[in-house]
Amino acid sequence: MATLTIKNSVVGSVSLVGRWTTERLTNLGAFGRYIYEIFRQACTPPIRWDLIFQQLEFVGNQSLNIIILTGFFTGAVFALQIGGIFQIFRAESIMGAATAKALTREMAPLMTAFLLTGRAGSAMTAEISTMRVNEQVDAMEAMAVDPIHYLVVPRLIASMLIIPLLCAIFIFVGTFGAFVTGVAVFDVDVGIFIDRIKWMVDARDIFNGLEKAFVFSIIIASIACRYGLNASGGAKGVGRATTTSVVMTLLVILFCDVFITYVQLRL
Amino acid sequence: MTSIITFKNITKRFGARAVLDHLDLEIPRGKITFIVGKSGEGKSVTIKHIMGLLKPDEGRIIVDGIDITDFEQEELRQYRKKFGMLFQQAALFDSMTVGENVLFPLKEHTKLPLDEMLKRVEMTLAQVGLPNMQHKFPTELSTGEKKRVGLARALVSRPEIILYDEPTTGMDPLVSEMIDELIVRVNAEIEGITSIVISHDLKAALATGEYIIFLYKGKIALAGAPKDFKSTKDPVVRQFFSGKVEGPMEFL
Repeated sequence: MATLTIKNSVVGSVSLVGRWTTERLTNLGAFGRYIYEIFRQACTPPIRWDLIFQQLEFVGNQSLNIIILTGFFTGAVFALQIGGIFQIFRAESIMGAATAKALTREMAPLMTAFLLTGRAGSAMTAEISTMRVNEQVDAMEAMAVDPIHYLVVPRLIASMLIIPLLCAIFIFVGTFGAFVTGVAVFDVDVGIFIDRIKWMVDARDIFNGLEKAFVFSIIIASIACRYGLNASGGAKGVGRATTTSVVMTLLVILFCDVFITYVQLRL
Repeated sequence: MTSIITFKNITKRFGARAVLDHLDLEIPRGKITFIVGKSGEGKSVTIKHIMGLLKPDEGRIIVDGIDITDFEQEELRQYRKKFGMLFQQAALFDSMTVGENVLFPLKEHTKLPLDEMLKRVEMTLAQVGLPNMQHKFPTELSTGEKKRVGLARALVSRPEIILYDEPTTGMDPLVSEMIDELIVRVNAEIEGITSIVISHDLKAALATGEYIIFLYKGKIALAGAPKDFKSTKDPVVRQFFSGKVEGPMEFL
């Protein structure tokens, strides 16, 4: 009897794990098909320039203030933190370079992606999921218009164009924040500050940072729109879709960040 | 009767429940057909099958002589151009004005010059009794006006078949009457158009419809002209018609 119970519970556990794995793999497969469909649709005319410009304005222009503010304070605070440590070793002159390097390679793409997930990604999910639960997406399909082509592709293209640019602005403003801290707090010479940055930060660092921002832009737009299109269940469903989309985007960004960093450092 | 849409032995299950159960259905060309039944009897599922938004588990769907059952997405997209659909909540795009909403299908599927498209939008809005409304947003409209804009959007591309999903649900009697009149007027004015109305309002169906299909338990309980419904002895149809809870009809 006891053997039978153990056997049943083992079979039950295995089947549970099996079901969980199958579901995850099915979701992953569906997401892969969705990504393929987005890029296929992106290559299908017409190119909806008006919608792309609307999204450029929304994702880019409307996020500019928060990117500038966050970039400046991130650079300034980071410089304050490492400046204190470098001061012990009398190496304040390279604090600007260290900040710029960290901003360029890691902090700017990651912070930009996090900010854009919260500001633009969540809005994308909320807007599309509201359209879904109010039958507007169904209406679009009924009018023979593909929602991926009309809703997802313009958001993806705009994100791919503008997020790397916002990341570049973040790097520039963040470095300026570090410059202000370095010159005002640690009394670093302006010429030396700039010279050390030129010495330590090269084009490859900038390229690697922007490369990350580019990949993150695809993650933000595609996950946000996917959760929006799959929403159901009224206002509660919209809230659920938005929260899940933000959490999932952040997790995928962090996972991909490790992977991309590893590949970039190996190459 | 020449059919424009034929369902052959259609079954659609959601979980263990068969919403459509070996359904054979024919919708006549050029007439106003009402598909009626109580909630959950598969009316909306039927309309979604017609539009190709759902695929049946079994059976074939023939529209205008073409079997659409196994159509791929791209074929379905082309096929859907022959339809106009009025949704239950009108489903207008909130971010667009009334004019832009009605213009939407024309911009997507025609290469007409813009001024001609705008002229057609104006004309269609006037046809549904809403002239000079182009610049308003859906949030500024009453429920009845939203429905009429939804109807204008469905009509503007001159579809062969127009589908109405519960067009009078939640409306006051006057607006309901007006929508019913509009359905009749549209069908009379546009030559060759077939109107399919999903409704649970049997009285409106009797007043407005030319052909009525009554769905019960995923099958047709009765199909025919309004006079057939008025004279029927079918206890389920009579119970639905009378609106009484007591009777042979099962409630889920």
